[in-house]
Amino acid sequence: MRDYQQGLRDGLAIGLGYLSVSFAFGVTAVHAGIPLWAAVLISMTNLTSAGQLAGVSVIAACGSVLEVALTQVVINLRYALMSLSLSQKLDSSVTGPQRYAIAFGNTDEIFAVASSRPKPFTASYFYGLMTLPWVCWSGGTLLGAAADKILPGSILSALGVAIYGMLIAVVLPAAKKSGAVAFVALVAVALSCAFHWLPGLSQVSGGFTIIICGVVAAAVGALLHPVED
Amino acid sequence: MEKMSTLRLIVSIAVMALTTYAIRMLPLTLMKKKITNRFLRSFLYYIPYAVLTAMVFPAILSSTASLISGIVGCAAAVIAALAGLQLLPVALIACGSVYVAELLLRLLS
Repeated sequence: MRDYQQGLRDGLAIGLGYLSVSFAFGVTAVHAGIPLWAAVLISMTNLTSAGQLAGVSVIAACGSVLEVALTQVVINLRYALMSLSLSQKLDSSVTGPQRYAIAFGNTDEIFAVASSRPKPFTASYFYGLMTLPWVCWSGGTLLGAAADKILPGSILSALGVAIYGMLIAVVLPAAKKSGAVAFVALVAVALSCAFHWLPGLSQVSGGFTIIICGVVAAAVGALLHPVED
Repeated sequence: MEKMSTLRLIVSIAVMALTTYAIRMLPLTLMKKKITNRFLRSFLYYIPYAVLTAMVFPAILSSTASLISGIVGCAAAVIAALAGLQLLPVALIACGSVYVAELLLRLLS
């Protein structure tokens, strides 16, 4: 119980941050033509910003189920690495079934907090850690999706840019610190623009465009600038 | 946009959720070894940045009511992020710039 409370405390800051991002996601999803209940259901079952945003754009573009699945695999591939890392950090008391529950809550921020713990963590701690972020993520989506019906058009248009602004704020500081990350980001921009505007390439659907641009840019980066050990 | 059926929507959401969960769950329950391949580790390191950037550009330009306000919002976000601001302030500055830009556009037209 004490572990759970400690987790709750550590998760509060993450939850507050998630409120704003999920609000922006809710606005964006409803803009794209997704009904309110579906936007909230997506947040309750997925708990991932970039994957959900890409998923919504594929669904809104009437993409196939295969496209939906492939987009999630590529965009969320990083979670596989984080889960791998988390598996080394579990307390010996964590049982097999508890691992299945812990896996659901592995987001970028929760992973960052859990892995910064000095000691291995228990299942109770991790459940506490993921509680408030999940509640805020789902609740924020509900508020954002509902706001679409209440707020005037001029405000909604301005809010439409919010989630992209946040993604820029994730990538740019890393690109500023590492020339290799900046290089990978520029390759991704160039490819993405080519797929958007070049005749022929622009026929490729949105979901596959993100997959192709992401995989190619990351592979070029890994070949030319392999990371240190 | 075409009207999507509720069934199709539910199936898509289920596929999204199961795929995302499988990615998180399988390494945690199955894999016991560390990835040593340098290319693979580098690839996984760059993937979030590559994917996020491809999602932002050029989609951000059409995320608002007009191309001009989209460009203004994008520029504001880039400048704010380069200045070292956190996620929320960057997003709010981008929203504010779009709002002001569209207000000016309406006054001028």
